[in-house]
Amino acid sequence: MTDSALSLGRAETAPEIDPAPFVTQDADGSDALVLLVDGIHCAGCVQRIEKNLSLLPGVRAARVNLTTKRLRLAWDGAATDAQTLVGALTRLGYDSVPFAAETLSPDQDREGRRLLRCLAVAGFGAMNVMLLSVGVWAGAFSDMDGPTRDLFHWVSALIVMPTVAYAIRPFFASALAGLKNGEMRMDLPITVAVLLTTAMSLFETVRGGEHAYFDAAASLLFFLLVGRYLDRQARAKACAVAENLLVLQGATATLLEADGSQRALRVSNIEPGMTLLVPVGARLPADGEILRGRSDLDASLLTGETMPQAVGPKDKVFAGTLNRTAPLVIKVSAAGAQTLLAEIVRLMDVAGQSRARYVRLVDRVARVYSPVVHLAALVTFLGWTFLVGAPWQQSLMVAVAVLIITCPCALGLAVPVVQVVASGRLLRRGVLLKSADGLERLAAIDTVLFDKTGTLSLGRLKLANAHDLSDDDLALAVSLAAVSRHPLCQALSRLRPKIAPLNGVAEHPGLGLLATTPAGELRLGSRLWCGATDAAGDHYGPELWLRRADGTFARFLFDDVLRPDAAETVAALKARGLAVELLSGDRVPVVEAAARAAGIDAWRASAAPSDKIARLRELAAAGRKVLMVGDGLNDAPALASAAVSMSPASGADVSQAAADYVFQGEGLGAVCEAYDVARQSQRLVLQNIAAAFAYNALAVPLAVLGFVTPLIAAIAMSASSIVVTLNSLRLYRMGAAKRRKP
Amino acid sequence: MSMLLYLIPVALFLGLLGLGAFLWALRSNQFEDLDGAAERILFDEDAPPPR
Repeated sequence: MTDSALSLGRAETAPEIDPAPFVTQDADGSDALVLLVDGIHCAGCVQRIEKNLSLLPGVRAARVNLTTKRLRLAWDGAATDAQTLVGALTRLGYDSVPFAAETLSPDQDREGRRLLRCLAVAGFGAMNVMLLSVGVWAGAFSDMDGPTRDLFHWVSALIVMPTVAYAIRPFFASALAGLKNGEMRMDLPITVAVLLTTAMSLFETVRGGEHAYFDAAASLLFFLLVGRYLDRQARAKACAVAENLLVLQGATATLLEADGSQRALRVSNIEPGMTLLVPVGARLPADGEILRGRSDLDASLLTGETMPQAVGPKDKVFAGTLNRTAPLVIKVSAAGAQTLLAEIVRLMDVAGQSRARYVRLVDRVARVYSPVVHLAALVTFLGWTFLVGAPWQQSLMVAVAVLIITCPCALGLAVPVVQVVASGRLLRRGVLLKSADGLERLAAIDTVLFDKTGTLSLGRLKLANAHDLSDDDLALAVSLAAVSRHPLCQALSRLRPKIAPLNGVAEHPGLGLLATTPAGELRLGSRLWCGATDAAGDHYGPELWLRRADGTFARFLFDDVLRPDAAETVAALKARGLAVELLSGDRVPVVEAAARAAGIDAWRASAAPSDKIARLRELAAAGRKVLMVGDGLNDAPALASAAVSMSPASGADVSQAAADYVFQGEGLGAVCEAYDVARQSQRLVLQNIAAAFAYNALAVPLAVLGFVTPLIAAIAMSASSIVVTLNSLRLYRMGAAKRRKP
Repeated sequence: MSMLLYLIPVALFLGLLGLGAFLWALRSNQFEDLDGAAERILFDEDAPPPR
């Protein structure tokens, strides 16, 4: 699946990327570079790359990571350079793209390792204490004497106290951070329960009593850490794939020096006034003005417009547009913070702030749960002391037993386990779940907003009037079009890939193609270029004209191709009771046609990014929860401001960064699938929470009345955790059952 | 019951050994590339391992 993503992305990145600006310095002074390598599948690939590159002079290390498809190279800067090594890799048959050091997130990695260390320590503690506890429980029915039991308790204390001190840190830190913001997170009752349990058990051990709950404290930590680690791991995997997709789009710019020499430059280092060369197939790295060259620019990611624009000297051009037909030299007028792109990012930040206020379901439960539980424990303590007249030690014991038995274990596991299963299922379907609360938010939606170009459609043009054209015309046009990279020409040549290009075809960027044959002059291009004077029909999409050798014309009409299952997906979403709308930056007739083809009744055309946000605000004000699906730069602010958002893997990097979900492949079915998984997950989470509460309703009265012993606590806790986990695993079977249905 | 006095330390020592081994493996980056590790065992040449 990762591989399909890679090859999909590659179509987007035509030009070679110069790796030199991405090289970093290692601690030992060697140069280092991380590359994303396409096409590594097996041991053979790993070995071939590592062996061949290690043999090159100056290379100190070449190590492939098969999980992430990344290769790390380190070499002696004096002996060789990045270009040579990447060239050697290409000769081996592997294409690669360099990673910028700052896009590799070491923080995330460190966080994962920290959790894993805590998990290992907690696992060690829980297992060894359980070993002793089982002995104590068995001893209660046989002949274990008091001193032996005390010995077991002391050993347990020695194991559990360091374990808890080490492994509770993730929960403690999060609970503390929550308290600082004035909120009660689920981590607070967890922390309190574990710390109090340990402290009380120690007290009981010192006293020589039998109510020590060391095993409960250690296994509670262990279970919760397992859930948390798996949850983080699933998301880290999705994020790594998303990072790989993004780096495929990241590129360098080519700087033209005053003396005419060229130099590769990181996009982040571009400054106003520089002169840049933009090759065919590359995205413009900055806003600017054209100095030399004529070409067609594809602005579909920026505005949603499908038809490329012809541009020439002195025209203003914008970062993010794709250069289609001829190289351009541009003078940078703005870079970084001043570009149109940066403006969009700023809009996006503002839009995204509303979403940060979303409170996760577990934390909403915790807001009710922790005060109630802590109050119940307090009431128990006071009740036993003053009503029953028990000594305070005994009252405290019962009160802590209440805290232990209401253990937040089942609640703490309710969400992470479902989350892990759900993101695993989505990952297999090519949907990357990037945000922690994305499932919850997706399950709550009632409206779906689609962007058109690149989202509902593939952003790829198709001949619309093939049945009106003669085969000869088509063959002639294709033989001309085969030499051009203009999207209309490519759409034509895709129809007849076997036709050989005509010799001597000249391309005039922004105008059309010209070929001189013995029979006469052939032209393919705009109406103006061909000199056609026919009355225009009622087609509003892009068109091409062919001038035959005898001076007569043929007209080729094009439409944007909808994704193959667009209409089907829209119908499926409607069947689930969701309202569907289309919101596009493209022109009215084109959007209308697409809306009709996809079966969407509510549509709006010529929408600027701010219009899209306005529409989202309008819907939000009406109390609607909106899923925004979009791919372009112009969609990014809308993606950030919607309740939840999805972006195709072919979208702009900014949109992918803003979206909660990224889906791969040609189909839109992923939208439906993700929604279904989110709904099922939500149902399971609610069931889990209900189960946890039902269990508490049974166990708390027992605890308040003082019937709970360490054995009962351990059994009740594990039973509730296992029930919750098994219930969550049903999500796998739900997916399997659905696949079996035709 | 006196056998407990050395059996418990022995059990704990073995457990700690396992924990230590795991933490060492984690520290030496052995959990970085689980898919790759599974494939690398198939390298069948006697050539020195890649540096």
